[in-house]
Formats: sequence, C-alpha cells, structure tokens
Amino acid sequence: MTTTMLPAEFADLEPFASTWCLATESERFAQRLAVPMDEMQTFYDAITPRYEEAMAYCDTFPLDDMPEDAVNLMHLLYSMIMVSFPVECWGQGPVPDTGAAYLDLLVEPGP
Amino acid sequence: MARWPKPPEGSWTEHFQLGTEPISYEDSISSEFYELEREAVFKRAWLNVGRIEQLPRKGSYFTKELAVARTSVVIVRGTDDEVRAFYNVCRHRGNKLVWRDYPNEETSGVSRQFVCKYHGWRYDLDGACNFVQQEQEFFDLDKADYGLVPVHCEVWAGFIFVNLSRQPEQSLVDFLGPEVTKLENYPFDQLTERWFYRGTVNANWKLYMDAFQEFYHAPVLHAKQTPPDWSTAAQQSGFEAPAYTISGPHRLVSTAGIHPWNLPDNMLKPMERITRSGLFGPWDKPDLDYDQKAAGINPAGCDPWGLDSWQIFPNFTILVWGQEWYLTYHYWPTGQGSHVFEGTLYFVPAKTPRERVAHELAAVSFKEYGLQDANTLEATQTMLESRVLERFPLNDQEVLCRHLHKVVGEWVDEYKKLEEAGV
Repeated sequence: MTTTMLPAEFADLEPFASTWCLATESERFAQRLAVPMDEMQTFYDAITPRYEEAMAYCDTFPLDDMPEDAVNLMHLLYSMIMVSFPVECWGQGPVPDTGAAYLDLLVEPGP
Repeated sequence: MARWPKPPEGSWTEHFQLGTEPISYEDSISSEFYELEREAVFKRAWLNVGRIEQLPRKGSYFTKELAVARTSVVIVRGTDDEVRAFYNVCRHRGNKLVWRDYPNEETSGVSRQFVCKYHGWRYDLDGACNFVQQEQEFFDLDKADYGLVPVHCEVWAGFIFVNLSRQPEQSLVDFLGPEVTKLENYPFDQLTERWFYRGTVNANWKLYMDAFQEFYHAPVLHAKQTPPDWSTAAQQSGFEAPAYTISGPHRLVSTAGIHPWNLPDNMLKPMERITRSGLFGPWDKPDLDYDQKAAGINPAGCDPWGLDSWQIFPNFTILVWGQEWYLTYHYWPTGQGSHVFEGTLYFVPAKTPRERVAHELAAVSFKEYGLQDANTLEATQTMLESRVLERFPLNDQEVLCRHLHKVVGEWVDEYKKLEEAGV
C-alpha cells in the first residue's frame, strides 16, 4: 500500500509531494537551490492552475486545527511561492548577485 | 521636475543643514573609530532588544548577545510582571549565567529562577541571590551583596530597550523624542505574528543602515526582481520621497504607494496576482483601527501611501507598511567590517489559510530583496577598505545616510570631550 500525503482531490499533485511538502522555509529554500530549473518549472506549471481549488479546500479548516493532509497541501503552496522567484524572474535557483549572503529564518508561524 | 515639493531651501539636505559636500566613509572602515563607537554610541544610547510579546508570562526570559559591548544581557518578566534586564553573569566566578548548549548563542524560555551551571548559585527573577552552594565555606559572604548586576531597562510601545551606561543621560522617552514617540499610537500589540530572520553581513553596520534608509538604489539593484516592463518604468522615473523628517538623532523616510491590484499583468509577477500579495504586503488589509495622524504616519498625506521607515538611533528601524503590517531591522556590530543583521516581520495573525499564504509571499519577497542588499554591501565594504577613494557624493534622496554618519560622528566627538574632561 502506498501512503499519500495530500487530500484525494489533489492526487494530481502527489508526485511533487515528497520533494516539496516541506515544513520550514529553510528546507524549502535549500530545496530550491538543490532542484534543477526544469523540475521547478514542471512543479510550478502543475500547481499554479490548482491554486484556487487548493486554497478553497484549505479554507474549509481553521488555521490552527488543520488535518495533516491539508497542512501538507499548505506546505506545497509555500513551495509554489518559493519556486516562483526562479521560475518567474531569473531562471536560476539563487537570487542573482547574492553569492556570499545568507539570511536564516529562525522563527516562523505555523502551520 | 520634482514630483514632490521640496522644502523652501530647495533640497531636504540643505533644509536639515547637513552640508552638501561629498562625505567620508572612514567611520565605516577604521578599527580605531569602531573602538570609539562601541563606547560612545553603543554603551550610551538606548538599544532595542526585543518586544514585550517575547515575554508572555511571569518568568519568561530571553538573552541578548551584545558583541559590540563585549557582553550579554538577560531580559526577564518578574513575578510582579515588571520587565528587568541584568548582565548575564554569575556573581561567584563570572560564568555566563543563562545559556543552552552553546555559550555564545541566544536562548529563551520560562523559569522560576536562574541557576548557574558551574557551582549552582541561584538568583530570583528580580536578580536577588537566593542560594549559595556550601555557603558556610565562604568568608563573611552576605548573599544580599551578590545580586545580579542590573542593566537599565525601559519599555515603550511594547518595545524593550536597554541602556548599558552607568546612568543614562536621558530617559527612553526623552531619548526617542516627540516625533518617534507618536508611533505609540500605532497598534503594535495587534501585530503579533512574528517572522524572525538573522544573518551575518561582512560590512559595517552603518552601510546596511544606509542601504535601507534610501530608496534611490531600489529600481537598479532590485531590477531583476520585477517584470522587465516594471523595472524599465521604475528606472526611468527614479525614486523621490514625498517626505523626510529628522528628529534629534532619529530620521524618517516616507514613500508613496501603489495599488498593485490595478496594475496590468505585464507589471506584476504572476504569483502576486495568484496569491494577492507581494513585497509591499498582502493586498487585502486586515482591519486595523488607529489614528494615522496621531501616530505621525504618512506625514505627506499620500494616497496611496507606501511606507514609513523610522531609523531609530543607533541601530534600530521600525518600518510601517501601508498594507497594515510592519517590520523591524537591527544591526548588531561585531567588528568595523561585520555585523549581525536581524529582520523581523509582524502581521496581524492570519485568520485563514488564505491569509497565511499571502503572508508567505510577502516574507519570501522580503528575504529575496534583503539578500541582494546584504551581498552588495560586502562588495562596498571591501572597496571602501582599499581607500582608493576618500570622498563620496550623496544626492538629496540619500539625505538620511548623510545624517546617520554625521550623528555618529557627533556622539563620538562628544564622548572624546567627556573623556578628556575626565567626566
């Protein structure tokens, strides 16, 4: 039996779940630097048309009491935002001209 | 032709009598100046170390490493709900009192008392020493003489400040002055969703302050962050602020805003339209009820209004956005050519998943821009240190940079005079 991470309505996004359902910004940022551009483009192209439906699904739950699969879907939406910068703007994982700089997010709100 | 009226003198720079000549950045590359700055500025001025929400309960505490003053402080909410600060050092043999795993890393938590890891001396939350291990072995030791060393600590508008001088020359409110303190009418206590970023930047702390107290750089340095049509338009029009304010050592830049939801698609990133958010914040504002005029916000009365950024001397910024959220910056020097940068974003807590996602885009955008600024400054620092150039022209939109360096110089000069007079 295979375990799924996302709600059944979003089975089409399941192939991206193991890579992009990441709970923290630092994991998502590191993933953006690690994953090739064409894979990020594929993920972006798959999830952006599903944004409204995903958001409507998540909005049926209170923010502080979401089931695990809905939280995973939220994390996938955060990753959609994370890859949007390389995909929409600069065609590479890192922000241009930021080789030496880093900024760690040490406190972030849930879920 | 200026889009916004300038003061009668013809420029903000002349209006504030800051001089128009090229300036020196020796204050950002000299180790001698840095040593003076530590004493003259960071051990005399009020320093913001956090917000009251970081101390939610009796016994809540956090530590703050202040490398610039070669010290560490612990800030704690007492059983009487009073917020106090102490030097983070045990009175017995000088061990750092509060830390976890790594002595130089900051920590926080809730405690009934502080216990030294070395020999078990204990202190109440008000600093009194209440237990000495094998007290009878000591010689004429009275615990009452061995309380924690207090640090001056005051709270304004929920912001906790410390002052490391023996006797502060001004109270916190007098130090902040009449313009900055108007901000206490802003409902900071309602914006409690906190995002805390930190990074080390290999540039003098004042250079990063300069980067965030002028927006002349924004259309150029950040051009790749926006669609080409937007970047071109932004560079062609350049940046002008509708208002600058200087109040004592503190300074404000206010900007006009835009309504991104009215922009055509070629001016927006698709993600902004999808999530209804962006660098300037979520498009859908929370309901915040406050009197903008009483808070001294948007002094030029812009509609739409963009942001107000108060640079509070020496190293603290409160930036209030038109989209009803705010952020703070702290620049903590660790040497003449390095500092720790902290950026903290505060939103009205998201009530729905959709609001939470909108916050995510604002926060990620903040980091993308911040990384570009930070990296550029390392490039600046290294070439300033080459001393190939000694004087640098600043334009009228860089007026606040001029003011910061002037004020730091004045504080250092005043300190030197006091030292010479043996005060």
